[in-house]
Amino acid sequence: MPLKMVELTIDGRQVSVPEGTTILEAAESLGIEIPTLCHDRDLIVAGACRLCVVEVEQIKKNLPAACAQPVGAGMVVHTNNPRVREARRTVLELIIANHPLDCLTCEENGKCKLQKYCYEYGVQDSPYEGETREYEIDDSNPFIERDMTKCILCGKCVRVCAEIQGVNAIDFINRGFDTKIGTFYDGELIDSPCLYCGQCIYMCPVGALAAIPSRGLGRDYDVEKVATTCPYCGVGCQLALNVRNDRIVGVTNIADSHNQGYLCVKGRFGYEFVHSPDRLTKPLIKRNGKFEQASWDEALDLVAEKLGAIKAEYGPDAIAGLTSAKCTNEENYLFQKFVRAVIGTNNIDHCARL
Amino acid sequence: MTNSIEEIEQADVILAIGTNTTESHPVIGTRVHKAITRNGTKLIVIDPRKTTMAERADLWLQPWPGTNVALVNGLINVIIKEGLADTAFIEERTENFEALKEAVADYTPDKVAEITGVPAEDIKKAARIYATGEHSSILYTMGVTQHTTGTEGVLSMANLALVTGNIGRPSTGVNPLRGQNNVQGACDMGGLPDVFTGYQKVTDAATREKFTRAWNVPELPAAAGLKMAQIFAGAEAGTVKAIYVMGENPLMSEPDLNHARKCLENLDFLVVQDLFLSETAELADVVLPAASFAEKDGTFTNTERRVCLVRQAISPRGEAKPDWQIICELANRMGYEMNYNHPREIMDEIASVTPSYAGMDYERLDNGGLQWPCPDKGHPGTPYLHKGKFARGLGRFTPVEYKPAAELPDEEYPFYLTTGRILYHYHGATMTRRVEGLNELAPCGLLEVHPADAAQLGIKDGDIVRAISRRGSITPRVEITDRVKPGLMFISMHFSETAANVLTQAVHDPISGIPEYKVSAIRVEKIN
Repeated sequence: MPLKMVELTIDGRQVSVPEGTTILEAAESLGIEIPTLCHDRDLIVAGACRLCVVEVEQIKKNLPAACAQPVGAGMVVHTNNPRVREARRTVLELIIANHPLDCLTCEENGKCKLQKYCYEYGVQDSPYEGETREYEIDDSNPFIERDMTKCILCGKCVRVCAEIQGVNAIDFINRGFDTKIGTFYDGELIDSPCLYCGQCIYMCPVGALAAIPSRGLGRDYDVEKVATTCPYCGVGCQLALNVRNDRIVGVTNIADSHNQGYLCVKGRFGYEFVHSPDRLTKPLIKRNGKFEQASWDEALDLVAEKLGAIKAEYGPDAIAGLTSAKCTNEENYLFQKFVRAVIGTNNIDHCARL
Repeated sequence: MTNSIEEIEQADVILAIGTNTTESHPVIGTRVHKAITRNGTKLIVIDPRKTTMAERADLWLQPWPGTNVALVNGLINVIIKEGLADTAFIEERTENFEALKEAVADYTPDKVAEITGVPAEDIKKAARIYATGEHSSILYTMGVTQHTTGTEGVLSMANLALVTGNIGRPSTGVNPLRGQNNVQGACDMGGLPDVFTGYQKVTDAATREKFTRAWNVPELPAAAGLKMAQIFAGAEAGTVKAIYVMGENPLMSEPDLNHARKCLENLDFLVVQDLFLSETAELADVVLPAASFAEKDGTFTNTERRVCLVRQAISPRGEAKPDWQIICELANRMGYEMNYNHPREIMDEIASVTPSYAGMDYERLDNGGLQWPCPDKGHPGTPYLHKGKFARGLGRFTPVEYKPAAELPDEEYPFYLTTGRILYHYHGATMTRRVEGLNELAPCGLLEVHPADAAQLGIKDGDIVRAISRRGSITPRVEITDRVKPGLMFISMHFSETAANVLTQAVHDPISGIPEYKVSAIRVEKIN
């Protein structure tokens, strides 16, 4: 069924979008960025933070939230006029009235959306004075630190946990000023049904949620992000290894991928084995029942000599190769080429069935 | 997979059989969750255990392990009997339907209920839901394949998809979720005894001729080689003298580990190339240190046939080298010249000899990957297979009969044991057990026991027991849970100190060579 198209004007530019599109999406299609804190393209709209307010000439009584307001025919929208900017400034002032300004030590510094928008809107301090919340940090588990003092209650962590993961480990608890994000009975995360996919960390626009294994190892701007493929199951999730000083210090999402950026606990936190002290760093040759370190030349010469001798004495079919569901295509290709063309046997298999 | 991961969300019905998706393929689990919560997709789960998938299902069937073929035949029986088959599709696109019809005629819901333990009414319900979906998609994993009748299990699902016309269109199909990062690629690349790359048969003279020229060798072996189990048998018999293992740990992943160890100990020469001194590497004569996925460039092919780039992020640790370099150096020492400057050159060679990869190169793969078949440089890749026509022309129904598993519980070994994965670990766990946080969350193997069995055995949650099969015994800790039913126990495959495969038996599907990991008989003794 062809979609009904709706024409409107955003910041003086004409645009035609399918019916049901939000103003935020329509603006994005024009390359116009509207600030958001609680919005994500894959989550159900919450309209909670109000930072994305815009002026619509046909809507007189208030400034609607662009993330929740569907386009209407003939709408004239202003996304960045003085009235809109003033409203957004007030929203930011209200948020930071109850948000620690400890950017000096915050893991999120440089990536924090609240910081970014305060910078863009010139919000340095809040005129609203009053009580502030303070909660104990929950780092009861190996992977996810929860510092609810920094939480701005956008609810993205709650929604991703429920809507995408189906885990429902956390939700809004209490009322009014005491509202916070918590587990059942406000216990520690380790006692909750959390499965540590870490999607909430990725969604969090501020520093309320952080990856424990990455703490203190470098902010977003300190790391090089190398896009690659997860080494665990066959879904082949795309992810970015965050690298600093030749070490993996974290993993971040690649949203534009067949896994939509989502990862599981192994993909997000399972990289530590790479740096394990158990890694083999030198070839080993067993002599008198014990392994001894050897040079590459020594080890490879020995393997070539032994395989050559066995082939000469017993024929190529006395040798078999086990290739690997862990290695790359290129390596598997060369391995079977080696077994078939160099050894001369089809005795090759791997653990595809196991 | 015949179809793509993203298509799962648009399916009207998902039939998930023998797949613990949220633990073994968690990100596909999120797709299924989105489908059922956002798009109203109906979820039918067939699994002996109450997995998270089972809890989320509209309908959960809990058969005894090893009875899939009977159950799927039962579904087809109901579909045909109730006139829910897609007769136009059967007429136009398939052959041998009459033989199928005849074969499933005996599998009435009542009879199938008796074999599987699934109520007849649920079998009918499942058949109706699956058959009436406009787009019904089957997801499966090792719960179907790791049986002596694994191939027949897969064929029965192909029959089910064909009989309802649920193949060759988006959001349908028969979709195996592959368990390892590059198991699809290792198969695609000819890491099997009977095929070169792209499943080109070694027994075909013209194919051998092509590879002889491409690889510049006088000849290539014409007979299919040995499968994994036959290699181990050869080692035991003394006909296989040497094994070169690259990045595998068969002493965790093979069945009947005590026996597998004896086979390897009988070799004249064992080379293992790995990241760690694995259980297998400890038996080796020479161990070669390999670079990890983060230390090299390359590609992995995922479960939806998507070839994705792997990019080097850090330098190899110590003197470790990427596997491709080690193979080249070894080949050169054995008098065969193998020189590449970069894996991209190897991919170009793969493309030149592999029709399904012919259109691929690193430049094209740089944008989220390509799904094979991708036969030329202008081809966009193939999200779903069998559109309009099957590779062989008509889709052939292959009738299959139910056969019981090789070992069933008896008086001496009264419990079914089935094995699998848990979320926090992976396969032989060589990698995940070296991640502190994962070990903290899942430190040991747990034998899942139903409360009724626990009461009868007089064991409590957390007790250490002795689990014994005809092959050997292990001493795992017990978790009392209703994820299993009375008479059925489960243990994960990840923990070497309570290795599940000490208990499993080395009986295999005669066609695929897969071991029957999903059904063993055990007894359990309390340790005082």
